[in-house]
Amino acid sequence: MMKVWLEYRQRVNASIDEFFIGLYEKFVSVVYGFGQTLVFTHQCARYMFSKPSRFSNMIQHMHFIGNDSIIIIALTGCFTGLALSYQIYIGFNLVNATNLVGPTVALGIFKELAPVLTGLIVAARAGGAMAAQLGTMRVSEQIDALEVMGVNPKQYLVSPRILASFLTLPLLCGAFDFIAIHGSELLCVNVLGLDSAIFWDKIETWIEPKDIIEGLIKSAVFGITFSAICCKTGFYTSGGAKGVGEATNRGVVNSMVWIIILNFFVSNIIRMYFTIAEAL
Amino acid sequence: MSTAVEITDLRKSFDGGNTFILKGINLQIPKDKVTVIIGFSGTGKSVLIKHILGLIEPTSGSVRIFDHEIKHMSEDEVIQLRCKMGMLFQHAALFDDMTVIENVMFPLKEHRPELGKSEIRRIAEEKLIQSGMEEIHFNKLPAELSGGMRKRVGLARALSLDPEILIYDEPTTGLDPILTEMVDDLILSTHRRIEGATSIVISHDLNAAFRIGENIVMLDKGTVLMQGTPQDFLNTDNKFIRRFVDKGIRRE
Repeated sequence: MMKVWLEYRQRVNASIDEFFIGLYEKFVSVVYGFGQTLVFTHQCARYMFSKPSRFSNMIQHMHFIGNDSIIIIALTGCFTGLALSYQIYIGFNLVNATNLVGPTVALGIFKELAPVLTGLIVAARAGGAMAAQLGTMRVSEQIDALEVMGVNPKQYLVSPRILASFLTLPLLCGAFDFIAIHGSELLCVNVLGLDSAIFWDKIETWIEPKDIIEGLIKSAVFGITFSAICCKTGFYTSGGAKGVGEATNRGVVNSMVWIIILNFFVSNIIRMYFTIAEAL
Repeated sequence: MSTAVEITDLRKSFDGGNTFILKGINLQIPKDKVTVIIGFSGTGKSVLIKHILGLIEPTSGSVRIFDHEIKHMSEDEVIQLRCKMGMLFQHAALFDDMTVIENVMFPLKEHRPELGKSEIRRIAEEKLIQSGMEEIHFNKLPAELSGGMRKRVGLARALSLDPEILIYDEPTTGLDPILTEMVDDLILSTHRRIEGATSIVISHDLNAAFRIGENIVMLDKGTVLMQGTPQDFLNTDNKFIRRFVDKGIRRE
């Protein structure tokens, strides 16, 4: 009886050990991957302004990230504005505060929804394409060919993509803000019967430029985040077509998770900055 | 006989010294000749080539190209050195978003922008014609070309900067016998056309080695098993090499 009990205890202990070892290994691999991405981003940032200039490459990537995403951003922005306005109207109607629907919607969109949704949409669309393109170049030896030709592949392929994402995301976020708030106005004024003048007056009263700037800064950070993660996974792809598929999937998923995590920290850092700046 | 590449006691390990891919390679690649490096898969041929190109650093030992030690070179010097080398990849490794002519113009645009667009285009066209490409294909994308044509474009691109060392990484792998012969002839004709060029061909095809090689290096398990002329290989007493050679010749 005692022997059976001891064996059972050993098995339970082994399972607990296995669980915690697995958890520890996962944690280490996440920290390691994070560190690798930071080093990769730092290296690519150093090459951004080195010679030869990759300005035309960057413009091409800005076109791909920006122009080709604008329709989907407009569509998402419009319907986000409509849905959010309706939900907030229902809530505020209960306490007879429907005049505040406009600024509440605006705050939610400018500070949170526009940068996060823009980041997520572009990460899925352009980030996936970046990871797949670089992954294909890696497995078909095109990146090796660049190195052999004496061309720095990070400077040629990655730096312009990261810089283009950094510059384009705030523009897309601004477009999202504009379309979402007009979508909100459309619903509030034409369907829910709010007064247009009050809607805009309350927004003007309650919304400050720093609220819009916060969203734009966050979207720029998300631009660097998704492009660095997707480019890194694509750049170090191995294992043929299967590897490219896995790298693309990993790049997009990691980008989305990190955008959501960073959103919390970056929001707080920006708020802290504004608080300190106002106090000074 | 002057030497283009001199490798001394080259060792390479990717796992901190537990296992070595290259176990003390000593090798001299003569200038102006076609050197074929043969060996089974996994013997370290590609790792050796990456050392010659300065893409990876040796764990120990030395790699000297034209009397310059690679590990003592700065990043810029290594880039300058790579401009003196051209490489034809196994699957050509053409940039699939560029046309044929753009692929060949690319290295010139990167390293000799002072030439101007029209001169760069003229040189690229010349290299493509020398490699046996017809003008009708110049504006096609690599995906629209056959395997043999891609090799020709890859070769034209490798030649665009007038390299002193030309490296061919398994150029005939996966090709049918007719294309294999065509690529071998292309290597030979290119080598003869460029004065002073050193050609290094990585292969596991013994027939090709005997057909085009003036100097043959046989690698096995990370070491040089034998280096010599095709005649030296035919006359060797080493049983392992004899078996390898006999098999190759019988197949031919």
